[in-house]
Amino acid sequence: MIKISKILLFATLIFTACSTEDEPDGGGNGTDSFDRGAMLVNWADNIIVPAFENFTNSTQQLEDVTVAFTADPSEENLVTLRNQFASSYVDFQTVAMFDIGKAEELNYRRFLNTYPLAATEVEDKIASGTYNLELPSSFKEQGFPAMDYLLNGIGETDAEIAAKYSSENYRNYLLDVAKRINSLTKEVNSSWQGDYRDTFVNNTSSSSTGSVDMLTNKYIMYYETFLRSGKIGYPAGAFTGTPSPINVEAFYSADLSKNLYLQSLESIVDFFSGKHFNGNQTGKSYEQYLESLDRGDLANDILSQFDVVKSQASNLSANFKNQVETNNTVMLSAFDELQKVVVLLKLDMVQALSISINYVDSDGD
Amino acid sequence: MRSSITKYLNSYTDAAPLAVFRIGFGIMMLASIIRFWLNGWIEKLYIIPEFHFSYYGFEWVKPLGDFTYLLFIICGIAALFIALGYKYKIAVITFFLSFTYIELMDKTTYLNHYYFISILSFLLIFLPANVYFSIDAWKNPGKAFQKIPGWCIDSVKLLLAIVYFYAGLAKINSDWLFNAMPLKIWLPSKYDLPLLGDLMQQEWVHYAFSWSGMLYDLLIPFLLLYRRTRFAAFLAVIVFHVMTRVLFPIGMFPYIMIISALIFFSPSVHHRILKRISSLFKINKAKFDNKLLLNKSRFRRLNISIIAVFFIIQLLFPWRYLLYPGELFWTEEGFRFSWRVMLMEKAGYAEFKVLDADTGKRFYVDNSDFLTPFQEKQMAFQPDFILEYAHFLADHFRKDGHKNIEVYVENYVGLNGRKSKPYISPDVNLLNFADSFEHKTFILPFNDEIKGL
Repeated sequence: MIKISKILLFATLIFTACSTEDEPDGGGNGTDSFDRGAMLVNWADNIIVPAFENFTNSTQQLEDVTVAFTADPSEENLVTLRNQFASSYVDFQTVAMFDIGKAEELNYRRFLNTYPLAATEVEDKIASGTYNLELPSSFKEQGFPAMDYLLNGIGETDAEIAAKYSSENYRNYLLDVAKRINSLTKEVNSSWQGDYRDTFVNNTSSSSTGSVDMLTNKYIMYYETFLRSGKIGYPAGAFTGTPSPINVEAFYSADLSKNLYLQSLESIVDFFSGKHFNGNQTGKSYEQYLESLDRGDLANDILSQFDVVKSQASNLSANFKNQVETNNTVMLSAFDELQKVVVLLKLDMVQALSISINYVDSDGD
Repeated sequence: MRSSITKYLNSYTDAAPLAVFRIGFGIMMLASIIRFWLNGWIEKLYIIPEFHFSYYGFEWVKPLGDFTYLLFIICGIAALFIALGYKYKIAVITFFLSFTYIELMDKTTYLNHYYFISILSFLLIFLPANVYFSIDAWKNPGKAFQKIPGWCIDSVKLLLAIVYFYAGLAKINSDWLFNAMPLKIWLPSKYDLPLLGDLMQQEWVHYAFSWSGMLYDLLIPFLLLYRRTRFAAFLAVIVFHVMTRVLFPIGMFPYIMIISALIFFSPSVHHRILKRISSLFKINKAKFDNKLLLNKSRFRRLNISIIAVFFIIQLLFPWRYLLYPGELFWTEEGFRFSWRVMLMEKAGYAEFKVLDADTGKRFYVDNSDFLTPFQEKQMAFQPDFILEYAHFLADHFRKDGHKNIEVYVENYVGLNGRKSKPYISPDVNLLNFADSFEHKTFILPFNDEIKGL
């Protein structure tokens, strides 16, 4: 054994000696190494961090407007709050895919957007006035789906809804939900403002714990499970054969579901191209990475299939609930087009980049 | 001719190389079993999944629930006994059976390495590996011999030579040699290796690795056999396997091959190794050095016949792919058990559609409801997996009350950097097919060509 280890050491030394000797002139005809570190910097500084900054402002505003409404639950204030809610919900779609670091640790996405809402439980908790929104068992009783319900689903008319807020319990619950959305968001945002940005950017390892591998897994999982299945597949009944309107995101709002879908889609496409959050500039991302590996053909295929998905979306009603109830075929064809991108991302792209897919996609919402 | 064979079969050699091999093999196997357990793989691969992919004809081999752990314990103890040379015959038979059972439980985990261990342990059943430097020989001097027939050691060398040489032959194809695939995909992703990271980006390195890998596999058995090149060849073995260990998640296999290759060295080298072990454990090595020739047992003729048949099968089996139409890498019919190692970057995506023919109702299957991510990954590009899974799904949904079920799959497969293509015919009801060794007609054509073996 000692002899072997001696030989082994000897051999490794020879080998490394030879290989360093070969390095300087390097052959010349090779493909230059794509700078994954620069890609991580672009992802963090130009996309993720600005998106969270923007969303943090949005949730702060949401909390402020909720405070104003609960102080004076007029119909007018209800409309203002509802508009702010819709705009914050859309903003949420720009950060939802970044389930990494603090967001992952906090179960951020599940607290903010697990649907369908457990409306009965929400009513029970409002009635009792005692609840703890920090418990994992309360995923289905808070976040945007809860606000959606509390602003749109608890009465037929605005007057009826506003009247509910004469009850202190309703006011408290609504405010707590809005505050929790804001405080969780602030927490995630400040981790990106703090150390986590550097941790993320410096983790250029090629292993499955490197940032590129981890976020790619998250990106594709988000696309497959939350965008394709969550927003389209489950409501359309793609996995059961029966449409399920209750699974529509923003079920209680009239015309919000399609906007959420479109924003989510746009964020996915922008991330693929490395487009900056504030502006039209693009930096390093999957598109450029594939091009550097001579797989521009694949990048083009992915982008053109994204275009097909986007143009198919124009056939969809603004209200997915109506869509699945009246003409589910359009919804199912949206699913089919989305599906084609899954193949390109989860199979071709990942293979070309030599990234292994290891996520367990069992906890869809 | 006949007399030279008889002469060869009656020639004797020193037993030390086989004893060292037995010890090394036993220790490596014990370490592998312990490593497998500590990595949590018993639970992850055999306990958690609710469905297991079976080899055709071995559907009855299934994990044993919590008793699966016991199976690994038995296998580990058997490996230890092999290393010690204690109750060797029983130990090696137990090891062969338990290890092979483990490998047959779920073909998701198939690796050529595991197959190698299975057949190697089968071969060891018929070899007198315990007559020298073993507890068996220590306790029963009547069964201690220092000299054994030469073919006993040569048969281990032959098996190693087959593994290398066939692995080399499999690399003689246009993807490997002229496109540097799949190394061109795999190596650049190792950009963060110290010293080598930048080198891995160079195209010429991909070609150099491909060609030298092919030449290494084809030539190394001969270079190890030839005394004058042996030491250099052994260094090459170490470098090659250490490289594969650094570059790929390949587990214990490189170490097993390095240790195994020691058997090519002369008995004097092995005596030195055994001397070290003896002084370390205060063993009186001289007691084994009795210069006695192994008794001719009644079974020798039978053993030789079994080993001869075994090798004929080993030499022929990898060629069975020639009996199937289509590109082997695409259909994988005759791919396994043929030393086709690290040859393909292949992955798939399979979405199953279940149709209730009575109601016309159709829906997609969420694979994660039934399969682990690893199983899903392996299933998605191998036709026999896809077929077996389709039948499983049908059984499952029949229990849910659907009666007249049809199962379809939309399946894409990407191979060695080619853009993914449809793999299984999407309008074929998979339930119309049963698994068999016959060609699977529902596999769509490759529409490309990989030249070579």
